[in-house]
Amino acid sequence: MILKELSEAFGVSGHEEAVRQIIFDAVRDDVDEYEVDSIGNLITLRRGSAQARKHGTSGAPLKVMVAAHMDEVGLMITHIEDNGQLRFAKVGGIDDRILLAKAVYVGDKKVPGVIGVKPIHLQERKERNQVIKCDKMTIDIGATSKAEAEQMVGIGDYVAFATSFADLGPTLKGKAFDDRAGCAVLVEIIKGGPYPCDLYGVFTVQEEVGLRGARVAAYAIEPDVAFVLEGTICDDMPKKKDVSPTTELGKGPAITVMDRSFIADRRLVQLLVDTATELGIPYQFKQPLMGGTDAGAIHKTKMGVPSAVVSVPSRYIHSPVCLLSKSDFENAVRLMQETLRRLTPATIGKNE
Amino acid sequence: MKELIKKLVETYGPSGNEEQIREIIRAEIAGLTDEVRTDALGNLIARKRGGSNGKRVMLAAHMDEIGVIVTHVDEKGFLRFGPVGGVWPHTLLGGRVVFADGTVGVIGTEKIEDENRKKVIPLDKLFIDVGAVDKESVPVRVGDVAGFQRPFADLGKRLVAKSFDDRIGCAILIQVMRDLKETPHDVYFVFSVQEEVGLRGATTSAYGIEPQIGLSVDVTLTGDTPEARTMAVELGKGPAIKVKDGRMLAHPGVKRLLVETAEAIGIPYQLEVLDGGTTDATVIQVSREGVPAGCVSIPCRYVHTPSEMVDYDDVTNAVKLLAAVLEQPITL
Repeated sequence: MILKELSEAFGVSGHEEAVRQIIFDAVRDDVDEYEVDSIGNLITLRRGSAQARKHGTSGAPLKVMVAAHMDEVGLMITHIEDNGQLRFAKVGGIDDRILLAKAVYVGDKKVPGVIGVKPIHLQERKERNQVIKCDKMTIDIGATSKAEAEQMVGIGDYVAFATSFADLGPTLKGKAFDDRAGCAVLVEIIKGGPYPCDLYGVFTVQEEVGLRGARVAAYAIEPDVAFVLEGTICDDMPKKKDVSPTTELGKGPAITVMDRSFIADRRLVQLLVDTATELGIPYQFKQPLMGGTDAGAIHKTKMGVPSAVVSVPSRYIHSPVCLLSKSDFENAVRLMQETLRRLTPATIGKNE
Repeated sequence: MKELIKKLVETYGPSGNEEQIREIIRAEIAGLTDEVRTDALGNLIARKRGGSNGKRVMLAAHMDEIGVIVTHVDEKGFLRFGPVGGVWPHTLLGGRVVFADGTVGVIGTEKIEDENRKKVIPLDKLFIDVGAVDKESVPVRVGDVAGFQRPFADLGKRLVAKSFDDRIGCAILIQVMRDLKETPHDVYFVFSVQEEVGLRGATTSAYGIEPQIGLSVDVTLTGDTPEARTMAVELGKGPAIKVKDGRMLAHPGVKRLLVETAEAIGIPYQLEVLDGGTTDATVIQVSREGVPAGCVSIPCRYVHTPSEMVDYDDVTNAVKLLAAVLEQPITL
């Protein structure tokens, strides 16, 4: 499945080319138009079919932007020490505590390295309880000198986690499900077309560093409606207190009502819920106020765009390894495909 | 005007849930302007056409109010919640909230340990009780939003309500529409959405309107209560003309226009220099190629609590000021 390829691809924010190529190869035969814009977004258009438009053939079809971001969080080389160790900075939101002792790939040549850690034998008692900040860590690529390291890598090289994808039965394991899961869902949506609307499938760049790709893509497209697909936070481990798990694995795609970046259009949320209910697709509401997505940029574009977010719950995002449920993934694809078939201008109060 | 104010402030309408307040306002302004439309994000935009020599003027007051959003329904039917906009935890315990469908809830707290008795109770220790006997009988779900429940009180010169921020601005815009007979300008009265969560409605409506002048009408803080923060704005001393707030500097020409108009018609006014916080004019100002923008602010005590207080004379003087600005040709 394409999620394996996408998950294993190297695509830290600002360096999404490899991911874009995989997606492009997968969808080029299913779309009517495509372009890579100036910032690097892959914008595809699958035109609506008049036949699929039950509400008649008159008038222009709705322009619907469905977006998923190609980029993942990662690291960037900032300095090479005399002994060949590499200093780095974070690209996107990463918890320092998850970095130690992880295997990574550095640069386009995918030079293998590890983020070094002091053996437990050498740690003083108080050190064991401390969080080590990333500016105290180094990446070790096995070079013995600065000159040797410079033959292999350079300042500004991107670093991604070295994680292989695996099928665990009901679940899948891999890196960067935020948001390669969304990208994979969007690929399936495009392939499942045409829809009554003009489907702008947009694979965005630089979401993790500030929703940058989506902002310019939405400006260019001027959509009537937008959906954003995400691999989102899932915190369903047992807890002492009866509080929200944000989302739960296996309970269906998660619909966002409000997060830090936007408030979902209530009519689109209702359409998603009605569609899921009618077809018996399980769904859940994501805990409000958590995180933000490309919808934060898209909905404020030009004169405003009614927007909604549908996510595949994914445990341990923004770390080297995530876990998602196959059924949630499949249900997200189906929910979105069926919602696009039911979306009409009347949904958002537009006259046909 | 007090009847209109009472109607607006008692209506439900937290950010993103402005349908009810929008319909109330739509009914109030029916027939007062040439066009009324609702845009993609839900802003209500009424346009009064003027002559060809006037300017395109945008007046914005936001319809939304702060509130709370349900984040979790526990096994016993209690609701955990988070803030919609700048909710002050001090004001919550023992308060009542009301959902769009009329469901009422009260805010309770987990046990407070002795060492925490003098501290503010954080939001995550609080919950809403809608009187459900179990999880199944809870009439609301995760993502539902509630506003604060508190009746309007007319204290004579002073008025008290839960959402003067910014229903008082909405009331002023409506009254200006009623009082304004002739204007040389193309005036867009915008009742904006989602101001409290990031000036979002004003962002998109300003883009659509492309105004040549932008004015927000919103509340501002005061320094006239016991041991208050230092601020040279008082209730009853007239509408406040913004010089600066936390995120914007008013266009000097717009400020001058407001000051000169207030002096010409003989109403009291004060100048507003606000340390923190801002309003829709901040995003109108930087829309597209930039818009000269300013604010007429209504001094308001206890902002973002369920009992905000304004002075009625400040309100009526703000109406006079705005109507006078719009009746004359404008040169900045």
